[in-house]
Amino acid sequence: MNEAVTKLTLKDFASDQEVRWCPGCGDYAILKTIQKLMPELDSPKENQVFVSGIGCSSRFPYYMNTYGFHTIHGRAPAVATGVKLANPELDVWIITGDGDGFSIGGNHMVHALRRNVNLQILLFNNEIYGLTKGQYSPTSQRGTKTPSSPQGSIDAPLSPCDVALGAGATFIARTIDTEAKHLSAVTRRAYDHDGASFVEILQNCPIYNDGIFDSVKDKKISADFKLLLEHGQPCVFGKESEKGIHLNRETLSLEVVAVDDAEKPLLVHDENNKIQAQMLASMCNPDFPMAVGVIYREEKASFIEDSRQALSTARLKKASLQGLLQSGHTWEVSAK
Amino acid sequence: MDLAEEKLGEHHLDEKEVVDVVVRFAGDSGDGMQLTGSNFTEATALYGNDLSTFPDFPAEIRAPIGATFGVSAFQIYFGAEDVTTAGDELDVLVAMNPAALVTNIANLVEGGLIIIDSGAFTAKNLLKAKYENNPLEDGSLDGYRVLDIDISKQVLAAVEEFNLGHKAALRCKNMWTLGLVMWLFDRNRQSTVDRLQAKFASKPEIAGANIAALNAGHAYGETAELPSGIHVYKVPKAKVQPGTYRNVTGTTALALGLIAGSELADIDLLFASYPITPASSLLHELASRNEFKVSTFQAEDEIAAVCAAIGASFAGTLGITSSAGPGIALKGEGIALAAATELPLVVVNTQRGGPSTGLPTKTEQSDLMMSMYGRHGDTPMPVISTSSPTDCFEVAIEAVRIATKYMTPVMLLSDGYLANAAEPWKIPDVSKLTPFPVKHHEQAEGFKPSLRDDDTLARVWAKPGTPGLEHRIGGIERSFETGDISYDPENHQKMTDLRKAKIDGIAKDIPEQQVCLGNDSGKLAVVGWGSTFGAIHQAVKRARLEGLDVSHIQVRYISPLPPNLEELLKNFDAVLIPEMNTGQFVKVIRSEFLIDADGVNKVAGQPFKIGEILAAIHKKYKELGAQS
Repeated sequence: MNEAVTKLTLKDFASDQEVRWCPGCGDYAILKTIQKLMPELDSPKENQVFVSGIGCSSRFPYYMNTYGFHTIHGRAPAVATGVKLANPELDVWIITGDGDGFSIGGNHMVHALRRNVNLQILLFNNEIYGLTKGQYSPTSQRGTKTPSSPQGSIDAPLSPCDVALGAGATFIARTIDTEAKHLSAVTRRAYDHDGASFVEILQNCPIYNDGIFDSVKDKKISADFKLLLEHGQPCVFGKESEKGIHLNRETLSLEVVAVDDAEKPLLVHDENNKIQAQMLASMCNPDFPMAVGVIYREEKASFIEDSRQALSTARLKKASLQGLLQSGHTWEVSAK
Repeated sequence: MDLAEEKLGEHHLDEKEVVDVVVRFAGDSGDGMQLTGSNFTEATALYGNDLSTFPDFPAEIRAPIGATFGVSAFQIYFGAEDVTTAGDELDVLVAMNPAALVTNIANLVEGGLIIIDSGAFTAKNLLKAKYENNPLEDGSLDGYRVLDIDISKQVLAAVEEFNLGHKAALRCKNMWTLGLVMWLFDRNRQSTVDRLQAKFASKPEIAGANIAALNAGHAYGETAELPSGIHVYKVPKAKVQPGTYRNVTGTTALALGLIAGSELADIDLLFASYPITPASSLLHELASRNEFKVSTFQAEDEIAAVCAAIGASFAGTLGITSSAGPGIALKGEGIALAAATELPLVVVNTQRGGPSTGLPTKTEQSDLMMSMYGRHGDTPMPVISTSSPTDCFEVAIEAVRIATKYMTPVMLLSDGYLANAAEPWKIPDVSKLTPFPVKHHEQAEGFKPSLRDDDTLARVWAKPGTPGLEHRIGGIERSFETGDISYDPENHQKMTDLRKAKIDGIAKDIPEQQVCLGNDSGKLAVVGWGSTFGAIHQAVKRARLEGLDVSHIQVRYISPLPPNLEELLKNFDAVLIPEMNTGQFVKVIRSEFLIDADGVNKVAGQPFKIGEILAAIHKKYKELGAQS
């Protein structure tokens, strides 16, 4: 960017619209963090495009003073793919929720990930349908009591990061709504990744699913239930960093061990190891700590880059409309 | 009105020189009948006849050999006068097996010519076609001229020198048969030879064998002693306007029209689509045209296709999506998003037989109501239709023009018949087409996303990447003033009225409705839309030759309707509307104009025959006479 340009601030990225989420909603914290991150990106404001589907989180674009498109339920990845195909220069963000992104829009999510479309996908996971007043979602735990599951839900939940891995995503991370620093750092890395970046943000819904992520958010206990992943570093957690994760090579499974257990060396996080990423992504409370940070990353050709290259090669050809119309077998009829 | 059919009784093969002829090539889906037909078409176009073709193939890709449901056929009508349908009755039927004979014989004119591969009339094949006796032996074909030849045997002898093996050698049967039919109508084989050489450039022995078979079939006609009444027929050249011509299917013309539209609008296109019969071929046509401002995207489903197109339109490119009925139904929510956000979008609907999967490879016009009303909310959108393969070019340009000028989704109605049918096309001079360049908004001062053109009511098109125009749009109702979310009751009324007024206003920007044959007032107007054009045209032409006061009006703009249409129709005592549905456009005309129009309806997966429309004209005319 031109240095003469005044440095933008958080305020430049806040729209004039009144934010209408419920008091205490995790979305406020995410919004602030993203607005604060924006000026730090090396890209002009007019190139930022936020595309969303339907749901509480999908109102997000209205509050960003960037280009924004609040589309229809579940379809943001498809709309965003069209935006990016039309203009690869744009930075395209998808804001979605667990219902929008993995129930009605599960199909589009999977395909955007497997194509590796260069998008940043921020999934606000609160394990509930908020805007429709509290029904269970595809990430709700079994037994969740809601208006549509008064006896407790009998659906098994899916794990967004596991699905993303299965779909062939090239960047997968997990973070927490109120942990601004971590959220910002992870999102920045997602932005820098060339390809589809998938970020699951654990987000609290104070109205319909309050406290669902307390084990990893409550400062008093979170150290025992959360594993902060660092590439190249051993997997250590606990108040005194006294616990760690060990890979049992015989059973091909992870174990929680004491860090000083000499017979059970700690697993060293390798962002590029897909098998390991799958094991880390699947760790659940209470038996395991929940992994947060960049779980998996891989360099792979981006769909948009490939499509742009194919187009630029094709457009080297001289294109004449008259020539095209007259291609194939033609014949002349002369005036008599 | 009940559908009746009159036999036109036009015996085309009675003289050595004939005005026009209908030939149908029919065989197994693996017999290469489509290839045979397209080669014959090319030779016929080069000869100078006017023509129209109709490929009629099953949904099964490779049905069991000899099965009646696996019969694939290609019909061509060619002649010295204007030809606008693929013909009612057949003059010549080529039947490569018993199944092809049994499924097509009913359409052969009395005394017509049947060319049969007697080698394929085995006990097994006869059984599959449910023949109790061999029709070549039981006298059931006595009313026709029959040329039964053991084509398999002839072909094996003709290609022997190429050592292809039995199975590969028999694959040349279609070229042998083509050679014979080319002899029958004095066609030049060179274009087929050129094509075969190009197609099998890397397999010269296959090219050689096919050419040898083609020549052997031709030589057979020249040298064999044929039954009386079978000889070379001369079909005089048609009187056509001077110019450069090529053959196009509706699909090709539509693809070329979309590309031309993007050039005239000076805008990039993103064509996002999901495979579905019979619409997929449009995706194929455009996928290899990236040297123009066209890119294609095969989406994961119909919904993703329309949404990607809308995303492209938001980003400043024109999004186009395409499908057939079931896919268009899935796109409904997306189309309404484009209408709500006032973004341009072209939706091509190649209609097929419904409901549900219905008849995927067969034609129908039953999506008219869905196109006009098949969305949630009060969501008007322009609907335009194409009436012939060549008409697809102009209509595609119109769809691009209306979508970009009015910032609206546009529905373009084609159908399975138009997509696959072909006719000669006088190639237009590109420099004579009127450009309509798109201007994206760039002025930051005073910008709001709700700005609109006073005349067209079109919303401003501000694309991401433009400094100072950052804005949000979405499916929630927007304030007329600011473009921000608004739940205000009065604003919703105003925006609903605005959306309707914008689409209604397009009526001022389309050509007046013309009468395409006959007078602009009189006893009976036969009003069509879409692919019924050809059959209506021929039927009205014949009725007028009989002295009946009948006119033909073909409506391209379905919504909004041309502003003079009401007055025009009210100049006639009666209005008859043939449609390949149970009566959809007739409802539109009745409700819009309070005109007591009658429908003529056919939903058989096949286009109207001329005789069916002529019968309806006669019946209506008789009723009118009784009334007056």
